[in-house]
Amino acid sequence: MNYVSETILLAVGTFLALLGAAYAYDSLFAAHMWVLFFVLLVSTVVMLRKISFASAGQASKSRAESEYSDEVIKYGVIATVFWGVVGFLVGVVVALQLAFPDLNIEPWFNFGRVRPLHTSAVIFAFGGNALIATSFYVVQRTCRARLFGGNLAWFVFWGYQLFIVMAATGYLLGITQSREYAEPEWYVDVWLTVVWVAYLLVFLGTILKRKEPHIYVANWFYLGFIVTIAMLHVVNNLAVPVSFLGVKSYSAFAGVQDALTQWWYGHNAVGFFLTAGFLGMMYYFVPKQVNRPVYSYRLSIIHFWALIFMYIWAGPHHLHYTALPDWAQTLGMVFSIMLWMPSWGGMINGLMTLSGAWDKIRTDPIVRMMVMAIAFYGMATFEGPMMSVKAVNSLSHYTDWTIGHVHSGALGWNGMITFGAIYYLTPKLWNRRRLYSLQLVNWHFWLATLGIVVYAAVMWVAGVQQGLMWREYDDQGFLVYSFAESVAAMLPYYVLRAVGGAMFLTGALLMAFNVTMTILGYERRETVPGAAPALQPAE
Amino acid sequence: MGLLDKHHFVERNATLLLVGSLVVVSIGGIVEIAPLFYLENTIEKVEGMRPYSPLELVGRSIYIREGCYVCHSQMIRPFRDEVERYGHYSLAAESMYDHSFQWGSKRTGPDLARVGDRYSNEWHVQHLIEPRDVVPESVMPSYAFLKETPLKVTDVSMELKANRAVGVPYSDEMVASAKADLAAQADPNADTSGLLERYPKAKIGDFDGDTQNLTEMDALIAYLQMLGTLVDFSTYDDAAGYR
Repeated sequence: MNYVSETILLAVGTFLALLGAAYAYDSLFAAHMWVLFFVLLVSTVVMLRKISFASAGQASKSRAESEYSDEVIKYGVIATVFWGVVGFLVGVVVALQLAFPDLNIEPWFNFGRVRPLHTSAVIFAFGGNALIATSFYVVQRTCRARLFGGNLAWFVFWGYQLFIVMAATGYLLGITQSREYAEPEWYVDVWLTVVWVAYLLVFLGTILKRKEPHIYVANWFYLGFIVTIAMLHVVNNLAVPVSFLGVKSYSAFAGVQDALTQWWYGHNAVGFFLTAGFLGMMYYFVPKQVNRPVYSYRLSIIHFWALIFMYIWAGPHHLHYTALPDWAQTLGMVFSIMLWMPSWGGMINGLMTLSGAWDKIRTDPIVRMMVMAIAFYGMATFEGPMMSVKAVNSLSHYTDWTIGHVHSGALGWNGMITFGAIYYLTPKLWNRRRLYSLQLVNWHFWLATLGIVVYAAVMWVAGVQQGLMWREYDDQGFLVYSFAESVAAMLPYYVLRAVGGAMFLTGALLMAFNVTMTILGYERRETVPGAAPALQPAE
Repeated sequence: MGLLDKHHFVERNATLLLVGSLVVVSIGGIVEIAPLFYLENTIEKVEGMRPYSPLELVGRSIYIREGCYVCHSQMIRPFRDEVERYGHYSLAAESMYDHSFQWGSKRTGPDLARVGDRYSNEWHVQHLIEPRDVVPESVMPSYAFLKETPLKVTDVSMELKANRAVGVPYSDEMVASAKADLAAQADPNADTSGLLERYPKAKIGDFDGDTQNLTEMDALIAYLQMLGTLVDFSTYDDAAGYR
């Protein structure tokens, strides 16, 4: 394949980036366009070098052995592992910055710029790549159809990586909208919209040309996630740029309306990106790995519709007791509590899929990982509704409790289910008999689990202590603690939190090693952990 | 269970599934967010709110650029301890010109909704250069580079125009004099009568202790020093503003 038009488009893009740098309205835009220029330049050179000159008709050498387009998914798996390690590493760095402020290196590596890098890297780079790769894998298998749109899937993959690189470099340069989890500025948002529409086309097109009469439940969740994220992304990022050659834009909304729009987006980045999409993973990879059908078809129907309907309402619980009108806060709280039910319905559906195969938790570390993911999903979706109760929120809001809650969901649920999916996919995609080492998977499982437990427990204590210190009165009726005293009290927790995060990172590094060795074709000689010992004949 | 049995219609039709999901996920936002734009009592009627002066607006952009919102909220909740610690609880009206809002979600550092007039300019300079010199317990990064960085704004009137496009009531006069106002606010010797007329209660003077240069430190402190100072709470009626 020669990709002539693709290469030309890349070259044109490179030139436009150069023009953007030359005619930039402000220096940050110029810097960002230089980044874009070099990224596109390298891509163009790589594409040029791939051109092979052969006589016409001899071009298409070999189609993939499988009917499915799996090459892009292989790249997706590698990208997921890579960005996962990067995101967790940055997480450990920012955790240490909070404990030891001397680790801030101004201006580019100050906490305020690096924390959005961490959140975006784990949510959008690690999570997003996992979602794109697994959705492409699942939709082909469950529709028995090759991906729609030919090379469009490659555009989705590389376009998304470009989005990640532009967002990440932008944060370090100081280019941000200050909207949590939607920090990239307007031009990066426009680019993501283009990529996302292409993603929807590939996914929906594949469903439309399916050979199976029914659309499998995992695809409902993936489709719901893609469509809803498109809606949230476009509405939340409505803004007026100062100049079309400058970085700065002003949100279309202000104050109260802006706050609720942002948290309508922010909570549903959790609800759809990190929940609905990952539930799609659960509904495919758990049944495959344990070799059992999904527990209840009816429960999955209720789960899907109730979940996507209710999640959208939950945003106001991020704004309890603020200047948001009370009616909206109460509505948000009520729906957040109701959301507990579909969430646990889904958890039950996932867990009970193991019925008749519970022994696999003992024998198969990948199943163990998936079950732990679902368990953490259950815990986080109980804790969330509890924290959205206004009385609880009055204590927990603004504290590290929230951070702990997010991480038990993100590390426990999103992390673990993704690791499970990666361990499932790697041998399949690269045609290996099995993973390089199941014992390493076991080590990964325990490091990750213990890391999360340390992290979450420490943050609970830290958050509750913060909240209580802020509202502590003495018997004379004076506030007991200054704010600075509550900061000083956090030091041991922040150190321990970094330890928990480092354990989780170590587990991810083991995974990276394991996946690499599997791809390279090695197999470690070992006994499968938890397997029954070989029986000896009686004498 | 009749309804669930009919679900296979949806399962066999991707368009139905797509449109159905889109409708279902739209309802919540329409019911919750849309009314905020037309319900009259969403934002209290208060005296004193005005658009940001050019220097404050540029300082605010630096606040955003450095990610201050990651650790500092600007939203005081109506609890006794918060009101005693930070001042009167925040009103919706106080962020009516904030594109984007800066309410924040985490207090690694204290709330800043009413930090204006709390500390001297010198304190802010010291604190931003080396936070632990003035607050030993602090874990805030150092922002010494702000004092060394000259304030570069390509065309500040464009910033005002972009704000006007999203609904901030900047007058033609404000846009026309934006560049002069930007310079005048940080210059103790300038004639600031016009500036004060356009932006009542604006803090004027040299902010960063360096009268020669207009730096990013000047702009950021000008913004910090006006936070929460516009509404006069001696005349504000809590009961009338309750929603």
